[in-house]
Amino acid sequence: MNLTIKTWATLGLLAAASAVFASPAYAQATLDAVKKRGKILCGVSPSSAGYSYADDKGVRKGFDSDVCRAVSSAVFGAPDKVEFVPLNTNIRFQALQSGEIDVLSRQTTMTFSRDNSLGLDFGPVVFYDGQGLMVNSKLGVKSASELSQAAICLLPGTTTLQNLEDYFKPRGIKYESVVFEDNNEWRNAFFSGRCDVITTDRSDLASVRAVANDPKQFVILPETISKEPLAPVVRQNDSNWKDIVSWSVYTLIAAEEYGITQANVDEKLQSKEPEVQRMLGVSGDLGKMLNLDNKWAYNIIKQNGNYGELFERSLGEKTPLGLTRGPNQLWTKGGLLYSPPFR
Amino acid sequence: MASPASSPTRLLYDVRVRAVLYQVVAVALVVGVGFYLFGNVSRKLAEQNIATGFAYLDRPAGFVISQSFIAYDSGNSYARALLVGIFNTIWVSVFAVVLSTTMGLIVGIARLSRNPMLSLLALLYVEALRNVPLLLYLFLWYALIIGVFPPVREAWQPLPEVFLSNGGLIVPSLRWSGAHSAVLAAAIAGVVMAFVVAGVFRRRRMESGRSQTVWPFVLAALLAPPLLAVLIAQPDFVVNWPERGRFRITGGVQVTPEFTALLVGLGLSASAGIAEIVRAGILSVGRGQWEASRSVGLRDRQTMRLVVLPQALRVIVPPLTSSYLSTFKNSSLAIAIGYPDLVMVSNTTMNQTGQAIEGIAIFMLVYLTMSIAISLFMNWYNARVALVER
Repeated sequence: MNLTIKTWATLGLLAAASAVFASPAYAQATLDAVKKRGKILCGVSPSSAGYSYADDKGVRKGFDSDVCRAVSSAVFGAPDKVEFVPLNTNIRFQALQSGEIDVLSRQTTMTFSRDNSLGLDFGPVVFYDGQGLMVNSKLGVKSASELSQAAICLLPGTTTLQNLEDYFKPRGIKYESVVFEDNNEWRNAFFSGRCDVITTDRSDLASVRAVANDPKQFVILPETISKEPLAPVVRQNDSNWKDIVSWSVYTLIAAEEYGITQANVDEKLQSKEPEVQRMLGVSGDLGKMLNLDNKWAYNIIKQNGNYGELFERSLGEKTPLGLTRGPNQLWTKGGLLYSPPFR
Repeated sequence: MASPASSPTRLLYDVRVRAVLYQVVAVALVVGVGFYLFGNVSRKLAEQNIATGFAYLDRPAGFVISQSFIAYDSGNSYARALLVGIFNTIWVSVFAVVLSTTMGLIVGIARLSRNPMLSLLALLYVEALRNVPLLLYLFLWYALIIGVFPPVREAWQPLPEVFLSNGGLIVPSLRWSGAHSAVLAAAIAGVVMAFVVAGVFRRRRMESGRSQTVWPFVLAALLAPPLLAVLIAQPDFVVNWPERGRFRITGGVQVTPEFTALLVGLGLSASAGIAEIVRAGILSVGRGQWEASRSVGLRDRQTMRLVVLPQALRVIVPPLTSSYLSTFKNSSLAIAIGYPDLVMVSNTTMNQTGQAIEGIAIFMLVYLTMSIAISLFMNWYNARVALVER
C-alpha cells in the first residue's frame, strides 16, 4: 500500500497489458465468463470497518462485501461464490478496466468524469454519503467556517482534496493540507495533533472515531461539504451484467419496502401482491429477462436479507460504527432509497 | 572485375558491415515493438472509451499543495502542480545528499579510528541504518517527531519568536522581493568568483613557486558582489514575525515535520552506505602511501588530505554516484509520510483525471532525466578527480 512507485508501476503495466492483450469483447461476456469461472471477482476495500474487512476467521464482512454476495446469490443461487479482491483507491478502476474483477463494490463515489472518461458504468447508489470534518472537541470548534489556518489531514486517491478546496476557496479560508498514502499514518497524525482536522466521508469518519482511544474526544462538524453517492461499478458496454448488478441492489431496496425479510421471505411466496409475486419468481419470468434463474431475487433475500438488514448488520446503531439511516432510508420514510417497479 | 569489397554477398561477410547491420536490426526491432505497443495501447484505450492524451495538463488542478517554491494555487494547471512536485522532490533530495555525504564521511573515517569506542559506535551506526528498510525508518522518524514534540498550541519556544512543535519548526523570515532574489544571485556569483580567484592564485603559485597572501583577495571576491547588490537594489528588511493563531502559527518560515522526517530518513540511511564507501576507498590506498608520506615529514592530517583522499576518491566517486541516485529515487517514498513530492502530486493528478498511463510516463521521464543529469555531473567530477596516469 505504501510502495507507491511499485503500485503505480504495477497498475500502469496492468492497464497497458489489459489494453494490449485483453480483447474488449466485453459486451454480454461478463455473465458467461462468471458462470464459466464459477465465481464472481469482487473488488473491495482491504480494510474498512463496516464496509469490507476480514473478521478473525478470515471471512470478509461488511456492507460492500454483502452487496457482492447478493449478486452471487442472484447468479449462482448461493452467496459464497465470490472471490474478494482487496484494492486500494489508486488501482480500483484499472483493476476493473483490465478485467481483474467483475464488479467494484468499494465505497466508490459516482461522479460525472469517472462515469464518462474511465470506460465504466455505475450501478444504483447503495449509500448516500458526504465528506465531513472531524476535530478534537478541546478546540471548541462548532462549524467549518471557523477553520481558517487549520492543518487538515487527508488521504489521496479520492475526491476529498478537491472537495475541500471547492468548499473552502469561495469562503476565503486558507488551510494547510497534509496528504497521507497510508491510513495508519493519516489517523496517527490526527490523533497526535499534527493536524487539527481530519477529513473523509462521514461514514469513514465514524470508523476513524471508532478506533480512537477515547472516541468521545472527537466531534464530527455539522457541515457536509460534498455529495458522495457510493455505488457499485461495472465495465461499460455490457448491459446485461450491469442490469444484474443494478437489479440485485434494487431487490434489496424493494424487499425492505415490501416488508420482505430474510426470515419471512418463504411466507411471502404466498403473498397476493402481484409485484411481490413477480419479484420472487412466483409469477412471470423476470429472471429469464436477466438470463438468470427465476428465483434470483428470492435467493438474494433468503441468503442475505433486505437493504435494512444489511445496513443494521454492518453499519447500524448496534455496530461500532453506530450510523443512523439518515438519507439512506426508504423514500416512503423520508429517505432517498427508491427502487423502480418490478414489472 | 569487381573488387571483392563491393560485391554484395562479400559485403555481408565483412565483419564491420555485419556489426553495423546487427545494430540497425536491433534498433529497428526495439523501435518497431515500441511503436506497435504504443499504437495498440492508444487504440484499445479509445475502444474502451478511456480518455487519453496530455490535454489534461492544461486543466486547473483544483487542489492545494502545502509546500511550494513557485507561486501556486488550486486554480493553476496540473502541469504547474507537477512542477511544484518536481521542485519539492529536488529540494529534499539536495539536502539529503548533503546530509548523507557529510555524515557518511565522518562515520566512514570514524570506522577506521584507532579509538575502539569510536570505531564501534560507527560500526553500530552503519549496521543499524543499513539493515532496516528505509520506509520503516521514515515511519519511525515521523512517529518520533509528531509524538515527541508538543501540539502547536503548546509549542516550545527555545528562542523568542522561534516555535517548535509537531507542526514543525517556525522561525521569523524576511519578506521576500525581487531585490532579495538579486542579492541572493549576487551572493552565488560571489562564491563562484571566490573559487575562480583562489584557482588563479594557486596556478600562479605553482608556476612561480612563490607563496603569497591569498585570503584578502578571496574574501573580497566573495563579499563584493552581494554588498554591491545590496547598495544598488536596496532590499527592504521587513521581518515576517510568527504569530499564534487559533490553530496554527502563521507568518515566518515553517519547516514541516514531513520534510524533516524525510530528510533525516533519506540522509541517515544513505550515510550508512556512504560511510562504507568512504572506508573502502581509504583502505584501498596502500599502506606504503601512508608510510612514504610520513617519512617525508607530512603529518597525519596532511597525509589524509594530500595523499590518501585524492587517491581514495577514484574508488569512492563511482559508487557514490549510485548512492546519490538512490537517494533521489527513494525520495518518492515521501508520500507515505505526507511530503508533497512529485509522486504525491502525480498520484492526486492520476486519481482526479483517471489517466494513469500518462501520469506514470511523466514521472518516469522526470526521474530518468534527473538521474541522467546526476550521473553526467558525477561522471564529469569523476573524470576530474581520477588520477592521471603518467
